[in-house]
Amino acid sequence: MTATQSKYETVIGLEVHVELHTRTKIFCGCSTSFGAPPNTHTCPVCLGHPGVLPVLNRQAVEYAMKAAMALNCEIATDAKFDRKNYFYPDSPKAYQISQYDQPIGQNGWIDIEVNGETKRIGITRVHLEEDAGKLTHVDGGMASLVDFNRVGTPLIEIVSEPDIRSPEEARLYLEKLRAIMLYCEVSDVKMEEGSLRCDANISLRPYGQEKFGTRTELKNMNSFRSVQRGLEYEQWRQADILDSGGEVVQETRRYDDESGKTFPMRGKEESHDYRYFPDPDLVRLHIDDEWKARVRASIPELPDSRKARYVKDYGLPSYDAEVITASKQLADFFEDSLNYTKDAKAVANWIMGDLLGYLNANNLEFSQVKVTGRGLGEMIGLIEKGTISGKIAKTVFREMLETGKSPQSIVEEKGLVQINDEGAIKAVVEKVVANNPQSVADFKAGKEKAIGFLVGQVMKETKGKANPGLVNKLIVDAINSL
Amino acid sequence: MSISIQDVEHVAKLARLELRQEEKETFTGQLNAILKYMDKLNELDTSNVQPTSHVLPLVNVMREDEPHESLPIEKVMLNAPDEEDGQFRVPAVIE
Repeated sequence: MTATQSKYETVIGLEVHVELHTRTKIFCGCSTSFGAPPNTHTCPVCLGHPGVLPVLNRQAVEYAMKAAMALNCEIATDAKFDRKNYFYPDSPKAYQISQYDQPIGQNGWIDIEVNGETKRIGITRVHLEEDAGKLTHVDGGMASLVDFNRVGTPLIEIVSEPDIRSPEEARLYLEKLRAIMLYCEVSDVKMEEGSLRCDANISLRPYGQEKFGTRTELKNMNSFRSVQRGLEYEQWRQADILDSGGEVVQETRRYDDESGKTFPMRGKEESHDYRYFPDPDLVRLHIDDEWKARVRASIPELPDSRKARYVKDYGLPSYDAEVITASKQLADFFEDSLNYTKDAKAVANWIMGDLLGYLNANNLEFSQVKVTGRGLGEMIGLIEKGTISGKIAKTVFREMLETGKSPQSIVEEKGLVQINDEGAIKAVVEKVVANNPQSVADFKAGKEKAIGFLVGQVMKETKGKANPGLVNKLIVDAINSL
Repeated sequence: MSISIQDVEHVAKLARLELRQEEKETFTGQLNAILKYMDKLNELDTSNVQPTSHVLPLVNVMREDEPHESLPIEKVMLNAPDEEDGQFRVPAVIE
């Protein structure tokens, strides 16, 4: 696989659909909330009954503008909606209302960080459209059940330039896109729930060749990981075809998560003749400067800017800053902690290690744990003051994650205050030294490591509460005075 | 530009229309007559005219993001050719 990869340059472009989290649908007042019984969020407009008129949801337009601005797009002054015609049971009108040649946003970009270097990925366009319904295939594939609740949920489609050069870059691009959408609060962008969906175009060409190779389009990738895996498989498959002198067939392929492979989808060539035309039911959209300025003012500081600030002001490694700013909540938490401690690096370490480790291990989201920025900041303060050791702090932090209690109250309740009293520690040290003559002899014989065992024994006796530095010193003293 | 019988077949297929041979011939002639009329309009110099997507002098007709009541499920299902568990049941179209 590596040998073939070095021969061809991979070219990837992504089409990402993001559901905007308005309360109601884009062209009617039906609720967009997830999980209602089938077809209970429908009305004559979204069911496509004859004679009804769609009316545009202002909030959907503003979310789309906000997202397009955050993706550095030029925002249209005049835009319109068009009908994209196709027959499929998920679309009751037999057309989807979309934007053909006058999208809300064009010519944007985002930066991703690949192997420590910043790379800019162009964004061709961002347009507003309506979602389709959901089909469930039954009777061994003989029939389909249609739920139209999702029909008319506002979507933005974000089309990238073919600037992506590896499956890893594709994943990084998606992660950045997701972070920006979360910062803007226009969507909850959960790929597993379908509020972010991604199709990918991928082709290979010999290095140095300008003309793109024949591409395939991949569908059905349901997580960031499967986007990367699907593209890796397709990259390998195409290289294999080219190596053996064959030609890649331009087609749509479905990714199968179980096998990690892609398979051709049965498709009719003519189905791509969408016959777009302006929707006569919807009047034009005019976005004046005042409206643009108002929406622009609602965009918070975005991840890239925060990241740069964390590196510059707090001296965080670029990687740490990237991870922390990938989520707005996490970045807010980081900044909140710094109101209670000055040690930004310590805060970052606790976030990167214990906090994210806990979330990953328990498959939780940050919003599901109870710890506060103030709690973490104060806990670091307790370590600095010597009230608790770093080791005890791990226990305290865990409790904070689960209960949201302050570190002080956890330390008091559980009697976790570090023992700094030399006399108390000395008593334990003497006992341990007396009971472990072999280790003492080893240490005296020059085996420095033997002291680790003795320290461990003292910590065990004191339930981890003894000040480790003091323990070390007192053991050495005790042995030397034997 | 003129319309061939193949164009008519293509458009008919997209619209899921099944046409008899004589219908295809009739429509080919009729569609060509329409295009011919368009050719007449094309004689006008429109190089300084913006393309029109709407004839109404209106922009930005929008509603606020306020929920309204949806249709009761019994009414939703009145138009269902077949129904199962509150869903429309249709012949499978597998892509």
